[in-house]
Amino acid sequence: MATQSQGHYFVPNPSLYPFILSAGLLVMAAGFIFSVNESVPGHSAGSWMMLGGLGVILAMIFLWLGKVIAESQGGHYKTWEDKSFRWGMMAFIASEVAFFAAFFGALFYMRVISVPELAGFDPEFTPYKDFLGAWPSAGPGGVVLGTEYTTAQFTPMGAWGIPAINTLILLTSGATVTWAHWGLLKNKRSQLVMGLFLTVVLGLMFIALQAYEYHHAYNELGLTLQAGAYGSTFFMLTGFHGFHVTLGTIMLIVILLRSMKGHFSPEHHFGFEGVAWYWHFVDVVWLGLFVFVYWL
Amino acid sequence: MSYTTTAHHDAHEDHPSGIMRWLTTTNHKDIGTMYLIFALIMFMVGGSMIMLVRAELFQPGMQLVQPEFFNQLIGVHALIMIFMALMPAATGFANWMLPLQIGAPDMALPRLNNWGFWLLPPAAILLTLPYILALFGIGDGAIATGWTFYAPLSVQGGIGVDFAIFAVHLLGISSVMGSINVIVTIFNMRAPGMTLMKMPMFAWGWLITAFLLIATIPVLAGAVTMLLTDRHFGTHFFDAAGGGDPIMFQHLFWFFGHPEVYILLLPVWGFMPQILQTFARKPMYGYKVQVYSLWAIGALSVVVWAHHFFTVGMPVPALLYFMYSTMAISIPLAVLFYCWIATIWRGSMSFETPMLFAVGWIILFGIGGLTGLVLADVAADAQYHHTYFVVAHFHYTLFAGGIMGIMAGVYYWLPKMTGHMYNEKLGKLHFWLTAISFNLTFIPQFFLGLAGMPRRIPDYALQFSEFNMISSIAAFVLGAAQLLFVYNIISCARGGKKATDQVWEGAQGLEWTLPSPPPYHSFTEQPVVK
Repeated sequence: MATQSQGHYFVPNPSLYPFILSAGLLVMAAGFIFSVNESVPGHSAGSWMMLGGLGVILAMIFLWLGKVIAESQGGHYKTWEDKSFRWGMMAFIASEVAFFAAFFGALFYMRVISVPELAGFDPEFTPYKDFLGAWPSAGPGGVVLGTEYTTAQFTPMGAWGIPAINTLILLTSGATVTWAHWGLLKNKRSQLVMGLFLTVVLGLMFIALQAYEYHHAYNELGLTLQAGAYGSTFFMLTGFHGFHVTLGTIMLIVILLRSMKGHFSPEHHFGFEGVAWYWHFVDVVWLGLFVFVYWL
Repeated sequence: MSYTTTAHHDAHEDHPSGIMRWLTTTNHKDIGTMYLIFALIMFMVGGSMIMLVRAELFQPGMQLVQPEFFNQLIGVHALIMIFMALMPAATGFANWMLPLQIGAPDMALPRLNNWGFWLLPPAAILLTLPYILALFGIGDGAIATGWTFYAPLSVQGGIGVDFAIFAVHLLGISSVMGSINVIVTIFNMRAPGMTLMKMPMFAWGWLITAFLLIATIPVLAGAVTMLLTDRHFGTHFFDAAGGGDPIMFQHLFWFFGHPEVYILLLPVWGFMPQILQTFARKPMYGYKVQVYSLWAIGALSVVVWAHHFFTVGMPVPALLYFMYSTMAISIPLAVLFYCWIATIWRGSMSFETPMLFAVGWIILFGIGGLTGLVLADVAADAQYHHTYFVVAHFHYTLFAGGIMGIMAGVYYWLPKMTGHMYNEKLGKLHFWLTAISFNLTFIPQFFLGLAGMPRRIPDYALQFSEFNMISSIAAFVLGAAQLLFVYNIISCARGGKKATDQVWEGAQGLEWTLPSPPPYHSFTEQPVVK
């Protein structure tokens, strides 16, 4: 904090984007609900509502961030505003960490507590006689809420194939984005653009391999979202991570295009750093996934 | 502390007029006003729902509503009161008062701030829409699991659960955005010379609240997402046949749910010492130790969650751990109580409405805290769990400790916000009616709980009749008394005796150096704090 007055703080003009964005979220949520509840009248309109809402959301994000970029290029953001964005991005990433913690928590809980406990009942009373409780597990099976669930037969995903390659890809992409940052700091524009381009390519490679891995899991390993504890945690964790990688890649593409247009200066480039932080964050989450979902 | 300020009387207010002003605003005062009005509206909506519940519980037997509808009422009442009344009220104060108290030109991220508010009405629509859809034969009404979404009931539940899940998602985004804004504002927007340990206590209370929200709200989002996939996409998170566990939902939910209690209370613990020192005309007692206590409570609040389900069947070491850690919270909380009382001790007190609420709050919230200590005892909890004792306990903490605290804040800052004095007689009447009818509503519920009346059940055995009747009548008075509150606020906003800049004789802090009401843009030049 400065000891002297920091001059004028930029307060943006009134904006309708947040309001429309919220309305889009409302429509998308309602559409989603209608589309997943078959018995409800209006079910058929659900997916269209969802798509419409999503369109509004994407348009608003595009316009909103476009406005932010214009304000940034217009020189409205000085050191003081820049600091706000930094604090804000850090707090946002912290909230994302907490979000992933919920799913990691679910994984650890199932692995360490609920699955072994289901095998640990007194043999005389247990409803799950032949269940050993070893991980990976799809659970003992049984009647669930009126419907019969037979334990899914699946092969768990090995760590040293695609996941290991993906680990290398993400670690390398962390290095390339840092190399791009060095280029930006030294005002070597070609190094900046090249580094970002490589990072984007690596991100796309990761997504492609992940898609192939899902295909492989569903078609050859019998590993599906419905495959009990292992399937649930595997797909939720890797799925949300993959979603974040996709978002991160889109963000990287945006700053790549901005770099090519000559945005960012060695002194003033929060947009770049925010995306880089986010990218390192998905990288670190991946390391957690690699160790706890694939490897151990 | 002393200040040098230059208050600007900005003539031009560059904003659209009419409805567009409110839809598009990036001004912290406008957004704060919207939060507060929204909270007041939802407080009345959630309150009307519980009036219906108390009417049903007036006598044993089923008279007015179907049991399914009763279940929907209690769950939605809680969700509304927690997420759409108490939390937005606290956020409204943060928006209005934080920039004024720390000498900032506005909140740090104004557009995000606007979004944070405008996520709330869609969430309110999602939560209550199933009631209306049910009238047209779509679905079977709102969420009927209680506010806690416990699996497997919530996995089996109707379309109302889906609506509630998405309502919680929107509320979660809103809270995270609000928290980011508070954190950034406090760290980056303080006036020159205002070090962290010179900040008003309200800023401390909100800072810790924001940290707790950032750490726990996403966990709730994750938990309800798992619930959604369990409901519709065949995952087995909360399902023993697939290796999952319904109790895991309780762990995830209360990992959020317990800090949530402090999220609701910490902002109040922040501004309450300021109200007490104003009307005691004495400096705040133990500023530093209060800050440390707030931090201690914030830290402890994330490691005690399982005391909400002691009876679910946990290993004894886990029970002991959660019991002792829960009881440990009473130490920093007792320190806070000591400081609050020491602040007014031998002060030259005067009892305007905010002070009445503040003193009433200390006593009633004290009862809430002490009954919580009883519930934290594993052995005793086996008797109290899921009875009306719990209902009475958390209404002493959340209604007396939360809502009555917020009311103190409303009366305290209303003259600053509107520029007019509220009707003092009406305010005092509101306080006495609220305090008396509140106690008459909930003291009987302690005894009902001790005698074994389970919560969340629309019918009860005959021996509970008298206490339920007393409780219901008092609840109706409590509900009606809030109309006075609404009336007083509206008439104060529309006119009344002009308020001075300082409003209260003993008021201290930057917000009182500005005119009442403050100009649209305050502190465009930051004041210097010495």
